[in-house]
Amino acid sequence: MTAKTTASGVAYDVQGDRADSERRDAAMQAFVRDFARTAAIHMESCLRCGMCATACQFYVTTGDPKYTPINKLRPFEQAYHRHIGPFAPIYRLFGLKSNVSIEMLQEWEALIYDACSLCGRCTLACPMGIDISELIKEARHGMYKAGLVPDRLELMDRTTKAWGSPASPSDDFADIVRDTGEENGVPVNVDLPKADYVITVAPAELTEHTKALTDIAKILNKIGASWTYSTAGFEASNIGYINGDLDLQEKMTRKIIDNAVAVGAHTLILPECGHAYGAARWEASRWYGKKVPVRVIHMTEFLAEVVNGGKVKLKKFGETTSFHDPCQLVRRGGVKQAPRDVLKALGLELKEFEDHGELGWCCGGGGGVVSNVRADPLRFKAFEIKRKQVEDANTQHFVTACGQCRITLTLGAKHAKWDQKVESLLELVADNLED
Amino acid sequence: MDLLAFARGPALSFSLAIFVLGVIWRLVGVLALSPWNDLSPPREGAPPNWLSAIQAVFRKMIPHRTFLTAGMFTTANGYVFHIGLAIVVLLFVPHILFIRSLFGVSWPGLPNGVVFGVGALTAASLLAALAYRLTSPVLKLISRPNDYISWLLTFVPVVTGLAAAAHVGARYETLLALHVLSICAFLIWFPFGKLMHAFLFVLSRGATGVRFGHRGAQL
Ligand code: SF4
Ligand code: SF4
Repeated sequence: MTAKTTASGVAYDVQGDRADSERRDAAMQAFVRDFARTAAIHMESCLRCGMCATACQFYVTTGDPKYTPINKLRPFEQAYHRHIGPFAPIYRLFGLKSNVSIEMLQEWEALIYDACSLCGRCTLACPMGIDISELIKEARHGMYKAGLVPDRLELMDRTTKAWGSPASPSDDFADIVRDTGEENGVPVNVDLPKADYVITVAPAELTEHTKALTDIAKILNKIGASWTYSTAGFEASNIGYINGDLDLQEKMTRKIIDNAVAVGAHTLILPECGHAYGAARWEASRWYGKKVPVRVIHMTEFLAEVVNGGKVKLKKFGETTSFHDPCQLVRRGGVKQAPRDVLKALGLELKEFEDHGELGWCCGGGGGVVSNVRADPLRFKAFEIKRKQVEDANTQHFVTACGQCRITLTLGAKHAKWDQKVESLLELVADNLED
Repeated sequence: MDLLAFARGPALSFSLAIFVLGVIWRLVGVLALSPWNDLSPPREGAPPNWLSAIQAVFRKMIPHRTFLTAGMFTTANGYVFHIGLAIVVLLFVPHILFIRSLFGVSWPGLPNGVVFGVGALTAASLLAALAYRLTSPVLKLISRPNDYISWLLTFVPVVTGLAAAAHVGARYETLLALHVLSICAFLIWFPFGKLMHAFLFVLSRGATGVRFGHRGAQL
């Protein structure tokens, strides 16, 4: 792994020591492989109207046109027209679209990874309905194969391959859960052979937010559910999905689904993590090859289910709150009402941000941006939007339903020397169960 | 054969043929790619895919308010020249007569003076769109030759049409021939460049509509 700089002064990381042309070809092949109909339609349809720019936190807070969402796809747009589009033979014959250069890919690494949180806000702004963020995710498949990924993300990739999780070795998982259970005085289940619910985690639960491990345990114990954590399938954040490493994405997907099937679970509960929801709820069947035989739900959906179903009663706050909508859960996941129902059940009066729900602004850290330290300055800039939203709402609480958003927001506040606590919806429920 | 006869005859037939074949080629080229079969269970109560697609086509007619503030010029000006073009092309009596001579169908038109005014407004709106493209840093960066060619081949028929209708600049027959030839160029270019969005917008919006509808997400 080496950090380098392009001729125009853009920093990029590179993995492996292959020839440049080999990298370029690997990127193109990976990008064109599995190129499906919707992606092709979207590659054909751009009007070059620029509407997507004003949707993107990175453009809005810097004013730099290079952060225009559709510009982040430029090398891949060229590759599409040269290799896949309906007129590809004509383009090649007349040399109308040159082959993408390695310099271009190097330069675009930062745009594709550092300056895109895959938040999907641009998709909502595009008058043609082009799903730009999905295309950027596909572009990452090519970048990963080219070995042009920010080192920090590649490190997480390698750690996950070795440990089964980017945060801690699989061998330690059961101990972490048991220790946390003891520490918080909550009985926990690990590696039970059979259970109705299997609980999965994301890196946040194994690092900053270990209390979440027992928060969900407390609720499941309260409703008398049969449940377990499993060493064989605990990691749901799926760094492969974020990095563009499809092999790892498949492996991590199969692991949690196969485990849930082996345990005979009817429900797999995903952690408070947005990308886990994208990877497991919407893309798992692609890797599983058929319908996933287990119900896959997000923690927030589970909370809404037990609260709305009257299975748990909650103490009421009688206070005000604002809510940060995690992009993958709400805008790209369709789970908008569930967190609002839970907040209401907690007696928290929700003061919505002006742009909320599907129009909400990203925390700035999705898509691996929060882990990619190189992107810190850009991320802190993007954070200004969220800070303003929270300050304008002026509420007693500020809640979200994604651990990675929470870390991003907490880091942003710390950097801005702004004293603002970010609370977890799961934690609020677990701490306020009526006896 | 004089220029006008050439324009109305072989040139127009050739251009229409390229237009039709090119459009079919491009649409088939993308639609023939295999779809990614989404086997994930849809959100409870999700509309059927066809309905999500149709809803998205209409939903995307007007941007969300939050995007409209910054995109007001693009949106409003876009509406002006699209509606202007539709009026000029479809409601100008000589056009209707010409279409009747080709396809045998016709409908009532608008008074020539009104259409002339709309044509002038359309030309002004197109010029404003170009000025914006040439001055906005975002648009300058993302624009391709395609955008300028498509602009030019839309603008020239409007201007030659106005000139022919006003009988200014040259002999009427010559102006009319130039007008028809500019339309030929428009038709030939249409399938290859971004003019194709007149067809693609349905597919593009619809596809995202299906993806979002399946998930119970709002577009
Ligand atoms: S997905 Fe979000 S961060 Fe990425 S380009 Fe679109 S608006 Fe910007
Ligand atoms: S908003 Fe859509 S059509 Fe307009 S430039 Fe961006 S991607 Fe292209």
